[in-house]
Amino acid sequence: MAQVTYLEAIRQALAEEMERDPAVLLLGQDIGVYGGAFQATAGLLERFGWERVVDTPISETAIVGAAVGMSYLGLRPVAEMQFMDFVACAFNSITNYAAKSHYLWGAPAPIVIRGPSGGGVHGGPFHSSNPEMYFAHTPGLKVVCPATAYDAKGLLKSAIRDNNPVLFFEHKFLYRRIKEDLPEGEYTVPLGQAIIRRPGRDLTIVTYAAMVHASLEAAERLAQENIEAEVLDLRTLAPLDRATIFESVGRTSKLLVVHEDTRTGGIAGEIAALVTESLFDQLDGPIRRVTSLDTPVPFSPPLEEHFRPNAERIAAAARELANY
Amino acid sequence: MTASLTREQAQELYYYLRLTRSLEEMLARLFRQNQVFGGLYSSLGQEAVSIGAAYALEPGDWIAPMIRNIGALLVRGIKPRELLMQLMAREGSPTHGKDGTCHLADLSGRHIVAPISMLGDLIPVMTGVAMAGRYLGHKIVAMTWIGDGGTSTGAFHEGLNLAAVQKAPLVVVVENNQWAYSTPVGRQVPLRDLAERARAYGISSHIVDGNDLPAVLDTTRKAVRTAREGNGPVLIEAKTMRMAGHAQHDPAAYVPRTMTDYWKSQDPLHRYQDYLTAQRLWDADAKAALDARIERELAAELALAEASPFPPPELAEQGVYCQGCHQIEARWQRPIDELMPPKSSVRAEWVVEDFGSVEAGTNGTGKKVRS
Repeated sequence: MAQVTYLEAIRQALAEEMERDPAVLLLGQDIGVYGGAFQATAGLLERFGWERVVDTPISETAIVGAAVGMSYLGLRPVAEMQFMDFVACAFNSITNYAAKSHYLWGAPAPIVIRGPSGGGVHGGPFHSSNPEMYFAHTPGLKVVCPATAYDAKGLLKSAIRDNNPVLFFEHKFLYRRIKEDLPEGEYTVPLGQAIIRRPGRDLTIVTYAAMVHASLEAAERLAQENIEAEVLDLRTLAPLDRATIFESVGRTSKLLVVHEDTRTGGIAGEIAALVTESLFDQLDGPIRRVTSLDTPVPFSPPLEEHFRPNAERIAAAARELANY
Repeated sequence: MTASLTREQAQELYYYLRLTRSLEEMLARLFRQNQVFGGLYSSLGQEAVSIGAAYALEPGDWIAPMIRNIGALLVRGIKPRELLMQLMAREGSPTHGKDGTCHLADLSGRHIVAPISMLGDLIPVMTGVAMAGRYLGHKIVAMTWIGDGGTSTGAFHEGLNLAAVQKAPLVVVVENNQWAYSTPVGRQVPLRDLAERARAYGISSHIVDGNDLPAVLDTTRKAVRTAREGNGPVLIEAKTMRMAGHAQHDPAAYVPRTMTDYWKSQDPLHRYQDYLTAQRLWDADAKAALDARIERELAAELALAEASPFPPPELAEQGVYCQGCHQIEARWQRPIDELMPPKSSVRAEWVVEDFGSVEAGTNGTGKKVRS
């Protein structure tokens, strides 16, 4: 077994799915000869040829629209957004066309729209955002946010095989910073199943993507203070694994939700509502949130560091909640 | 205008033209009786654009109609009852009441892709259909329509541009009906001929009299042949006139009366009837028989639509996701191994023949190159 980065895991998932199924093909900007802005598709043009790795014009609407049209003939296109910030350019095609296709017309649109999201790399306000909630709010879409290399590969394979449009938010901070041993053989990770990354008795930290790592770091620090935080990685925002959230919060009776997305309208609000509706009697403290600020992602490093959650802030909020 | 038509085809075209108009007249009556929900959009005066273009296609081809193209749906095999039930919001409609108007799809049978109300979006989608058809080895053409106003959207540009660089077998019929809701075409586009837009994409185009049914058919047949042979997308501008308001609620008082009067004299139904008579492609008995058939059929279709109940409220909760209800399978008509390694493997490098200087078609070698 070799150590595989999060980025290489994504490349492996694409290559293996293309090998398995000729209906899988890639569309995007600079994904062929260049191999993609982050090299997620490096080497795939050489192997699979011009018809299966299609360099497109700078036209996010056309990329998504064409992917939907292709899917209507039974293909399973994977469209790359060079940065997930640019998915905004295709908003109409995704939310009004792809998302409604099955519900309205009985026409499934098995497409994947994937790309790098998130900050921490000082990419500035147009290369750092976390636009997942626009899509988690839209019925008909699935929203995936992997936190580990294992999950990035297994979830992307499931996304490609899914019969629905899937928004797949890779976290660019994780691309080359984390690596792990992956199984040699075939595996997938099902969409809609959260996972407990660290068990704990005193409170539950629900989070996803890069914030899983910041939350685990915070939990390590808290352990030295004899506070045991459970860290729950959602993996997918839609479908949302309510059962695992309820099971964990039912045991710990305290909930902290952490996300890098901005605060208002983030998934934390929805999770807080769900837990309040279902587990109100079991709560031993207020539901707390640690999120990014309600601002655009600022550019300068001290500004961005102030904007994003980090282990210290997560630990502080968790400590306060544990001691409530 | 002449199109090569058998007597049978010529009369079939009349059937669809008259059927479209009669169906829309029926829908307007139902609208006034509050039997139709939402907006009702008419193709009055521009029916020939839908029918002539759709008639040029082969059975395996794909269409995506816009709101004023129910004539195209009828040509491609949609039954009046399906449209009636759509507009009457009944359970038996193709969308079971979840969507209205001509927003319906039939992917496996009649190869129909649904429109959405946001204009321009179908062009990228149908570009994808065209690309997928080629990928699978189908010799298909994808066709869609768009109005003069719709050509102002970004999606129109992105879609046609992608189709052009991909040489996708796509035919786009720009239905220039002079009005985008209340805005005249001159305020939408600073061009008299929308076909000129094709030059920006390096694709071929045609201008056709959209109220001349044989001319629309003839022109579209040429465009379909060009696209099918792998020469890339073709844009057709059909010049016509929207003879009703944007929808039933709109009396279109903003349209100058003299303009309406002019286009009344160009009515496509009357012109086609005159054509059939002049070409001796029918006689009074044939016309009477076709008219009676349409009347009979529409009465029966309406009875079927009226017999369909409204959908049960709980249906609103169902079908947001495909949870295994559809089997998705590509229909391959080429050897799959061409798309799999090692056969699919290529050298991943660009071949640049023209270095792009002001001196067209040179690359520093002094020799003329393909540009």
